[in-house]
Amino acid sequence: MPLKIGGKLISLTDVAMFIIGGLILALVVVGSIATLLHGKYTARQWMDLVVFGVALGGIYALIALGYTLVYGILRMINFAHSEVFMSGPFTAYFLADAWGRSGFLDQNPVIGLLAIFILAMGISTIVAVLLERIAYRPLRFAPRLVPLITAIGASFFLQYFFRGLYGPNIKVYPDVPALKGNITFGDLNVTYVQILVIVASFLMMAVLQLFIMKSKTGKAMRAVSEDKQTAALMGIDVDRIIVITFVLGGALAGAAGVLYALMFKQVSFTMGFIPGIKAFTAAVLGGIGNVPGAMLGGLFLGVAESVGPNLFLDGLGIPAPYQLKDAIAFTLLVLVLIFRPSGILGESLAEKRA
Amino acid sequence: MTAISETKPLATPTAVPAWFKQALKMGLIGGIIAVLIALEGMVQAFNTRDIVSGVVSMGIIIIFITYFATAYVAAAKSGVASPAVGLIIGALAGFIAALSLVVLIAVGQVINIGGMIISATPELYDLLTFKQGLTTGSLTILLSGLGIGLAAAIIYLLPKAIRQALLYGLVAVLLFGLLQDLVRVTLSDFDALTPIVKFLYTSNGLSNEGTIAVFVIFVLGSYLQSTRGALVQSRVAALPSPARMTLKWTGVVLGVVLLFLMPVLLGLYLTDVIDTVGIYLLMGLGLNIVVGFAGLLDLGYVAFWALGAYTVGILTSPQHATGIIHNWWLAAPFAIVVALFAGVVLGIPVLRMRGDYLAIVTLGFGEIIRLLAISDFLKPWEGGAQGIQRIPTPAIGPFQFVTTQLNLPILGQTPFQPQQMYYYVIIGGCLLGIFVASRVKISRLGRAWMAIREDEDVAQAMGINLVVTKLLAFGLGAAFGGLSGAILASKIQSVYPQSFGFLISANVLSLIILGGMGSIPGVIVGALALVGLPELLREVGDYRYLFYGAVLVVMMLVRPEGLLPEARRRMELEEPRAEEVSASTQEPVRATTTEP
Repeated sequence: MPLKIGGKLISLTDVAMFIIGGLILALVVVGSIATLLHGKYTARQWMDLVVFGVALGGIYALIALGYTLVYGILRMINFAHSEVFMSGPFTAYFLADAWGRSGFLDQNPVIGLLAIFILAMGISTIVAVLLERIAYRPLRFAPRLVPLITAIGASFFLQYFFRGLYGPNIKVYPDVPALKGNITFGDLNVTYVQILVIVASFLMMAVLQLFIMKSKTGKAMRAVSEDKQTAALMGIDVDRIIVITFVLGGALAGAAGVLYALMFKQVSFTMGFIPGIKAFTAAVLGGIGNVPGAMLGGLFLGVAESVGPNLFLDGLGIPAPYQLKDAIAFTLLVLVLIFRPSGILGESLAEKRA
Repeated sequence: MTAISETKPLATPTAVPAWFKQALKMGLIGGIIAVLIALEGMVQAFNTRDIVSGVVSMGIIIIFITYFATAYVAAAKSGVASPAVGLIIGALAGFIAALSLVVLIAVGQVINIGGMIISATPELYDLLTFKQGLTTGSLTILLSGLGIGLAAAIIYLLPKAIRQALLYGLVAVLLFGLLQDLVRVTLSDFDALTPIVKFLYTSNGLSNEGTIAVFVIFVLGSYLQSTRGALVQSRVAALPSPARMTLKWTGVVLGVVLLFLMPVLLGLYLTDVIDTVGIYLLMGLGLNIVVGFAGLLDLGYVAFWALGAYTVGILTSPQHATGIIHNWWLAAPFAIVVALFAGVVLGIPVLRMRGDYLAIVTLGFGEIIRLLAISDFLKPWEGGAQGIQRIPTPAIGPFQFVTTQLNLPILGQTPFQPQQMYYYVIIGGCLLGIFVASRVKISRLGRAWMAIREDEDVAQAMGINLVVTKLLAFGLGAAFGGLSGAILASKIQSVYPQSFGFLISANVLSLIILGGMGSIPGVIVGALALVGLPELLREVGDYRYLFYGAVLVVMMLVRPEGLLPEARRRMELEEPRAEEVSASTQEPVRATTTEP
């Protein structure tokens, strides 16, 4: 049903999509203006929200990197990545809890935290590698729907596997005394935890970017993501590169999990589901398969989610806007896929892939 | 792969034969699985149900099945050179699997892992060692592993007809033990059958004589079927046409009568189980249109279920100002229309997306609908987190859904509960769904869907209107979900946003994958196996989701076309396998290039 406008053919589907998207954007703008005119929140409150959003965004970015790396190489969404993210901190909880009780975390916060990070990253990496070996490798040449369904199944399986192992209860991460308190920059209060989260996530992203751009393995990863067969002909062991990709994604997800646990103080077997989808949104937002894009997308999503409810949902007169903060991420995902499926930094590959 | 390694078993310089390594490897894998099953707490959870009364419980049976499968696969994979080697492989694999459990118990005695892994309690070790203490218990474990491994290898080595018969016998004993409630309740409706029930079952599990009887009957039955089955079939085929028709129609009439009498025969609890199966079956039929026929992976299907339920709730519940229709039958069509409309509207933005993107976006839609339902934003209209109560039953005029007494010819005076009446509504919905789905499937539209599933671009080039066809798939699939939701709302007489999580979508997806995407009998089998079975075995509890996950992974790895595949689908999925073979033949080339 093409429509002719100005000599160009435009399908009605496009028109309908643009109307839906335009309506949502109009609502956002109207809501934001209403809130700002009302002056409900002070500048300081906004700044607090932004800092919280950046910290959250750093975590999303770390998880999003796992999606993006795997997508870049295997062209599949590793749906079970959210469970890779959950498995590390959920296991490391037992170490943190024991050390929290014995006072070890109090006396040696650096060694303690480092050990927790290493344990969580290790467990997440093992889960990611096993996932690749058992669930994905045999299906590398199967039709696209098949590995995707496997990934969904693996996600479920892992969730309930860890539930059976560690129990269904929400476990409370211990307070790290050294991370209590905050720094004041003029008008702005930033907690130590937020600083740790922001610094650690940016550091890891920088290291990853360096690794991919400078190291030989990183070069091989880029080659495999361009063209697997040609890369194999150039003497690159494709299987090994894929495993390394899963290792990197798993380790970053495990670290993100501990940061998440330090920020929100709790872990459970379902903790991966929502951050997982949001991180995927972040990856798509930045352009899936694109490493700096995932970082950018994560930060953008974190801030949008933190500021959004107060900014435009409140202005629209929606009661308890905070309840709908998850809906913002999903709406954003839908909007991105409608208007710019290649994402912010993505090349125009999406037409053939999406 | 195995074919290559078995042709030159002594290629490695060490004297260890390849079959030995294979047995070792399989045994270790089986052992890890057994240990994980134990640590997941399944042994304890399923311990209350005896398969054979006083001999073996369901919890232990799971471990035994693991040994059996390990040994069987090990024997099968190693391409047995001689029977003796086969026996050794089986016994070895079973023994190693059992040894892993002994190691677990030993570790558990030294280190207290119970603080971390909730099921690693003394009770677990006690159950695993058959309550015989550590030393004797461990020996028993090892012996049982050895014995079961040996038995598995023997069965594998037997001629095919006997092997199949024995396996059927074992499965029959297992099923009779698992489904004891079902069998017992159904049989005890008839006074004449009580002795049989008494012979077969004790208060918990099969009796010893019952076990032997079931085993022998099924082994003989299966053996006769495999040797004489063709003869019977040819005799039936040789019957004159009218006689064949009579045979066929007798079957159909018997089936219909049985379907109609089911709630009375099965009693309250089992009818309730069937009701749940039916509600999921209806959803499965709908999702099967979207995923199975049109190949559009929709992970937010639960949204339409929710919309159907909420529409009925809002329209009929007297607690709302909008509750103006007090008759469920009038409200249900609205639910179907609302869901259909929502399916089309949500379908528009995802028209251009394929595969994984589509899956994630539909998942997002499902979550948005749930979040909106829970939020305070829509509370004035649909009750927020408190949901909607007091939804009326589908009463027809004077016929009300209240407990009544029936006076039946053979069964005598039996109470007839609302759940049993809902059965007829649900079965009606399911029959309608099956009818619509199977008719649409072979229509022009159905063929268009399948063309899209196979190749969207080619389908478009052939003149199929992608927009209309895809939206019809989304809409029709959603309509089934809406009807199912409408029935659910009325059956539980309330709607809560908490019941509409992603778990439901995954559950429905699993059941159509198990049965076979695009296959309508497959949906029925999937619903019975993945909804009915966990409902019957109450102690399965939340392990059901573990099974759903495992079902999705294992089916995709082993049998992506499903248990009862649709012919066309099987062809489609087998094609890429051929590509895989050609790709794997390239492997040696690659290996040489990587080792300079």
